[in-house]
Amino acid sequence: MKLFIKFDFNTVCRKVLEEKLIQHNIKHKILGFGEVDILEKPDTDVFKAFAEELKGYGIDIIENQKSVLVQKIKDTIIEMIHSPELVNVKSSVYLADKLSHSYGYLSNLFSDVTYTSIENYIILQKIEYAKQLIVSTDLSLTEIAFQLNYSSVAHLSTQFKNATGITPSAFQRIINKRREIANKK
Amino acid sequence: MDKDYIHIILADDDEDDRLLFTDAFDELKINTKVNTFNDGVELMDYLNTPDAVLPNVLFLDLNMPKKNGIECLYEIKSDDKFKDIAIAIFSTSSSEEHIEETFVQGANIYIKKPSDFTTLKKVLAEVVTINWQYHTSGLNKDNFLLRL
Repeated sequence: MKLFIKFDFNTVCRKVLEEKLIQHNIKHKILGFGEVDILEKPDTDVFKAFAEELKGYGIDIIENQKSVLVQKIKDTIIEMIHSPELVNVKSSVYLADKLSHSYGYLSNLFSDVTYTSIENYIILQKIEYAKQLIVSTDLSLTEIAFQLNYSSVAHLSTQFKNATGITPSAFQRIINKRREIANKK
Repeated sequence: MDKDYIHIILADDDEDDRLLFTDAFDELKINTKVNTFNDGVELMDYLNTPDAVLPNVLFLDLNMPKKNGIECLYEIKSDDKFKDIAIAIFSTSSSEEHIEETFVQGANIYIKKPSDFTTLKKVLAEVVTINWQYHTSGLNKDNFLLRL
C-alpha cells in the first residue's frame, strides 16, 4: 500500500509550537506569521529545553532582527505563490506594503543574508511548488502553469529548465522511476 | 546542524582538480568547510567512521580507481544515515540516458566537468547557493534535482 501525503506546513508548525508551549507551561500568545508573544519570562532551563525540543522538529527560534525580517520576506513570498488571489499581485509592491519597508531596503537585506535575490528566490519557490504539484497531484502541466500564473506551459517549462537544468517531464520521469525502485525494495 | 557554513566533501583522484576545487570555494561568499578524498574507498571509510562529520553536499567524481562515483552513490543511498546529504556527480559524459539514470539512482546534482576555472567557480557557486536555500528554507530534498 502506498499513501500520498500533502502537508500544510503552517498548520503543522503552529500545532507543534502550541503543544510545546503548553507542555512547558509557558504563558504565551501566538501572533501568527512566525511570531509568539511570551507573556511571562520562563526559567532559563525551561526555555532551553523548549528551544531544544523545537529544534528537533526543524523549528528554530530566531534571535536577530535581520533574520526575522528575512524570514518574513520568505513567508510572504510563499503566501503569495500559494494563494490564488495573490498570484497576480506585483511582488515588490506587496512585500513593501506588507512589511512596511522600501523594496530597495528589503531587497538588499535579503541578498546579504540569503546570498540570492528576492527575484531568484521567488522563481525557486515557484518551481518548488510546481515540483510539489507534479509529484503529489494529477494536475496536468497546463493546469499547473495556470495555477502558478504563468502565461503558458511553454513559459513554465522554460523557467523550470532554466532553474533546474531539466524539463518538467524529465523531472516527473525521474521521480516516478525512483518510486518504482523504492517500491521493489 | 550549524547553519553558518556549508560543509562540503569532494572525492576525486585527480590532484589538480582537488586543488582547483578548494581554490574555487575559497573565493565564494558563502562560508564553506571543504574536505577532500583521493578515491571512493577513502571516502566511504571516512563516512562510515562513527564520529564522521557528514557533509551538506558531497561531490563525487565518476571515474575514480578502486571505487567509482556510482558505486559510492549506491552505497550512500542504501544507508538511511546519509539521507540528508545532497549528492553532486562530476562527470565528463553528457549522454541524456546516463544523466537521467544517475538522477534515478539518487543523485541530486549532475555537473558536466567544466574545462576552465571561471566556469568551475560559477557552477560551484550556483550549487552551493541553491543548496543553501534548501538548507535554510526547509525545502523538500527529495525534489532537489539540478543539472549544470
